[in-house]
Amino acid sequence: MSEQKHTRTGWLYEPLFPDIRTWPIYQLTKDRDAFLKQVKEAAFNAVKEQTKTTQGLNEELAKTYYLERIRVKTNAWAADKKDEGPFWEGVKKKLLKLSPENEKTPDLNEDKILESIIDRYTEEIAGFFSPAAYNFAKEATTFGFARLLNASEGKGISRFWKTRHNLHEKIRLQGELEQIRSLAKKGTLIMVPTHFSNLDSILIGWAIQSLGLRPFLYGAGLNLFGIGILAFFMSRLGAYKVDRRKKNMIYLETLKTYSTIGMLRGCNSLFFPGGTRSRSGAIETKLKLGLLGTAMEAQRLNFLNNPEKPAKLFVVPVVFNYNFVLEAPSLIDEHLKRTGQQHYFRENDDYSTSYKMAKFMIKFFTKSSEMSISFGKCIDLFGNPVDNDGNSIGKNGEHIDIKRYFMTNGVFTRDPQRDAEYTKMLGDEIVKRFHSESRVFASHLVAFVGFELIRKRYKKLDIYAVLRLPEEDQKLTYLEFTNGVSRLLDRLREMAANGEVHLYHELEIPEIDTIIETGLKNLGMYDAKRPLYKSKDGFIMSEDFNLLFFYHNRLEGYGLAKYI
Amino acid sequence: MDSQNTSDKFPVGVIGAGVFGTAVANLLAENRDVILYSRRPEVADNILVKRMNRGQKINERIKPTSSIEEITSRCTLIFPVVSSSSFREMIKTFSPFLRPDHILIHGTKGLDVRLKEGETLTEKSQINRKIIRTMSEIILQETEVMRVGCLAGPNLASEIALGHPAASVVASRFDEVIREGQRALRSKRFQVFGNHDITGVELAGVLKNVIAIASGALSGLGYGENARALLISRGMVEMVHIGKLMGGEPKAFFGLAGVGDLIATCSSEKSRNFSVGFRLAKGEKIEDILRSMDEVAEGVNTVRVSHAFIHGAKTRAPMTETIYKCLFGGMTVKEGVDYLMNLPLGTDLDYFS
Repeated sequence: MSEQKHTRTGWLYEPLFPDIRTWPIYQLTKDRDAFLKQVKEAAFNAVKEQTKTTQGLNEELAKTYYLERIRVKTNAWAADKKDEGPFWEGVKKKLLKLSPENEKTPDLNEDKILESIIDRYTEEIAGFFSPAAYNFAKEATTFGFARLLNASEGKGISRFWKTRHNLHEKIRLQGELEQIRSLAKKGTLIMVPTHFSNLDSILIGWAIQSLGLRPFLYGAGLNLFGIGILAFFMSRLGAYKVDRRKKNMIYLETLKTYSTIGMLRGCNSLFFPGGTRSRSGAIETKLKLGLLGTAMEAQRLNFLNNPEKPAKLFVVPVVFNYNFVLEAPSLIDEHLKRTGQQHYFRENDDYSTSYKMAKFMIKFFTKSSEMSISFGKCIDLFGNPVDNDGNSIGKNGEHIDIKRYFMTNGVFTRDPQRDAEYTKMLGDEIVKRFHSESRVFASHLVAFVGFELIRKRYKKLDIYAVLRLPEEDQKLTYLEFTNGVSRLLDRLREMAANGEVHLYHELEIPEIDTIIETGLKNLGMYDAKRPLYKSKDGFIMSEDFNLLFFYHNRLEGYGLAKYI
Repeated sequence: MDSQNTSDKFPVGVIGAGVFGTAVANLLAENRDVILYSRRPEVADNILVKRMNRGQKINERIKPTSSIEEITSRCTLIFPVVSSSSFREMIKTFSPFLRPDHILIHGTKGLDVRLKEGETLTEKSQINRKIIRTMSEIILQETEVMRVGCLAGPNLASEIALGHPAASVVASRFDEVIREGQRALRSKRFQVFGNHDITGVELAGVLKNVIAIASGALSGLGYGENARALLISRGMVEMVHIGKLMGGEPKAFFGLAGVGDLIATCSSEKSRNFSVGFRLAKGEKIEDILRSMDEVAEGVNTVRVSHAFIHGAKTRAPMTETIYKCLFGGMTVKEGVDYLMNLPLGTDLDYFS
């Protein structure tokens, strides 16, 4: 693999648009009042369209009040506004006044209540962008990341001041970097990464900066805004707030509208289509289509509102490739509880303090193992590949006129059901690309083989029983393990040749023993208990079978088990 | 929806001037102008001059053509109705002319299998769903068209040609496709139902042909309605079993495209698949039967595909396996019936579990 070059400033590329004042995300803040007004109006219309009648709206408002009251009482967060209780009490009073047995109050109707709720939600969701905070954060992250990283290498005080280039050796940005930069000049980018760890959000921000792209509009969990310093930066970097506890229709419509209008105004956007971190450790196979749907809507509106020069949206699938996931033990625990029929799960608040957060980052950077972020080929919203000039390329190599996807019998038509189907199909395509863009590490390989060989031995047991096996039954001889690795490697190489997956450079050597050694060394190196190790008497064993299952899952979904 | 005002100014297209394609074109012509495409110019010319094709009178609103350019540029709604064996080739030829605003609703009841170069399906073959394509999947794979639907149901071409009342299903993930299909096809004598499970509807239409062959065979042996009722109801169980494994929802099999089409084809001597079974039972050889037919009996290929799929999925489907042996394995129809009648009993209905 060729070494990546760096700019004088340590980033991979120079910024494409040096003048912050021209950035759409900055314009949102400059034009904040008009922007929020536009969001509120559009969200209002969307809710009205869905509820159809006054009666329907009344029911929706009552439902929203009911859900919000439960949330306020049973699941309060530090980031919540102080007047949550009184506000929703007020909504209740107004709704009571509207009930048929009461006399009509002038100036009070369902629309007014809806407006007040949307108003509150919009103000809560909205972020703003401060160039000063942006510049500071940019410097601080590079500096901070690099110092943490260098602290683990070399000795003495000088190690802190070594060149910062190390960061790109530790975190490799791979894939279609040039294409992304080219398309950033032609249209609006929609970045959709896989989600394994809380670190993803921070690293993707750094990667975007490193590619010289303008910052992305990004929905961050509201819980993160309860943490002092993080809240300070995130709220000033254009991040908007997403509250996973609020599942009522009015909130979701407001959130989606915020995203759509951000894109309409030309902002690059980022969201994790899996919704939350992968609990099982597997690459996402089912996506949450809500925000993806807002991209579809933005694309349609771009064609409708600006037929002369419609802005095009490009979807960039991104895959994080880790040797270890810091939160793996708690994630797999939750996964097993969920699949084990325990139904109710509270959305928890993982990084509850700045301290925990910092500890987390330090651990990540001081453990010396590589990771990579792979950027896939860009596609349009209909799953067609695009060339570097932004043209959608058809099955016969011709340019496709994608506005026609929104046309019926020669005219533009609005059809939410149709667009929802397009969005589902786009989701399927993104899942496919997640799998093919993923980089297989030696650690993924050994984890998969180790777990599958044990599982094969106990075919009659279900997964929970396999996980509960005593340690002495989870022993593999080195020979059977090597044979398994070798068979899986053959299959993976075949798939890589067909473009169905990518192999990380460490797998491109012929020596199986070296690959196994690398894999065992890197696999879960942070975890207190080793998911897989070679014992003194030469057996392959596991200290934590649940964790091994988690890391094994990374290669689920490729139909590989039968090759071992 | 907004599209309703504009659709009537475009003619509707039909690809394929076989028996069923011609019948569909005549149905459509009751509402709209139709362009009927035939790959062979002499067929198009013949229709133009004689206004007759495949024993059916041609409605005056039908314009025959052999120009891909003409049908694709003038029509946004097109019904491909060609045999499954030539479907992929046809779609590939059409692909450069198709745009994202085309809507394709096919009426082909067969499956496509992508085998390796030089490979053929034999008794030993095992295949998985990944290499099997329904016709709508071929369209999605080979073109930019996303709005795809399928037309299925008890539609014996000869009865449609006589103007008897009938109904059909248009299945698509898209409401819009169903709506456009209904608007184009509905008439006083033709009802059109919608269904969102396109895969289920396609598979129901495909798999029923296997049972239709068996039904013809029973008639060929001179058996009556008890035997046929047994066949149809147990055949349903097997269709649902295989259909589920191939990704269809069982529900689709209980609609017009499943049980409706099954009853029609299993009772009708006009069905090609039925007559394959009938003649087989009379002792004719399968090669001779196929050679003498001027259009494809889709069921014969479906038996091959299903058989290999069942093996690949490591499951059993006794009827399909027996029909396979009668067609390609030297078993006589009488032996096949005896074999099935001696099977140990299972439960009556197991697809609801």
